[in-house]
Amino acid sequence: MTADFFTLGFAHTAFWILVGIVFAGAGIAVFPRNIIYNILGLVLCLAGVAGLYVYLGSLFLGLMQLLIYVGAICVAIVFAIMLSRPLHLEMPKRKMPKMVLGGFSVGIFLVSIVAVLWKTAWQAAPERSTDWSITTIGHMLLTRYSLVFELISLVLLVAIIGAILTAGFSRRLTS
Amino acid sequence: MNALTVYLVIAAVLFSLGLFGVLMRRNLIAMLISLELMLNGASINFMAFNRFLAPEPAVGQIVTLFIMGLAAAEAAIGLSIILTLFRRLRSINIERARRLGG
Repeated sequence: MTADFFTLGFAHTAFWILVGIVFAGAGIAVFPRNIIYNILGLVLCLAGVAGLYVYLGSLFLGLMQLLIYVGAICVAIVFAIMLSRPLHLEMPKRKMPKMVLGGFSVGIFLVSIVAVLWKTAWQAAPERSTDWSITTIGHMLLTRYSLVFELISLVLLVAIIGAILTAGFSRRLTS
Repeated sequence: MNALTVYLVIAAVLFSLGLFGVLMRRNLIAMLISLELMLNGASINFMAFNRFLAPEPAVGQIVTLFIMGLAAAEAAIGLSIILTLFRRLRSINIERARRLGG
């Protein structure tokens, strides 16, 4: 009984530490002016979100999050950071009215959405299957969701070809 | 910890931070980073509903996988557009790109 209590308390503490990591990473990703800090904060935040996926019961998606977001997208963004302004230059000041207006609108959005989900009485579906293994995901991807699956692959192909066209060939065409 | 509302509030805060970043920053790459935060908030929502409410618990994971694929495509396209814009304007400040409008 006590051992169970300790494990549960440890899980609770780890969960709130994880939430703190996610919020700290998101704050670092948005607020500092220096773009290097931004991308490091994004990496921290996405790793925390992977931990949240593990708490939600899907180790597979946590691993996919680490692989795709942290391993691919963040590294791709790091490649583009060299285009940003040099870090030793002085940053121009932020415009205060813009900050206040933006914070105000985001505050309205946040308060309204939290109020909605606080008021709603969520109801679980009457019959829930309990099977959510990787095998089921694979079966559903290849049967019911096969059209969407193919569509996503097509979108990725078009995106990659478009990226090559816009970034790679334009230099040869313009210079 | 084991409540739907906790996860939904976390996702809402993450989405709002991303929205604030998109509204505030003038650096295009920073806007892209904030966009990834917003996409992650949406994914957490799907995973939470998947865990607590959905009749078939595998569907939310599939949607989250699709979101990841779309995010990868979006990052590739966005970064290549930023690269081209930098070649034309020598800057990735969004205010300088105003002359793209006709």
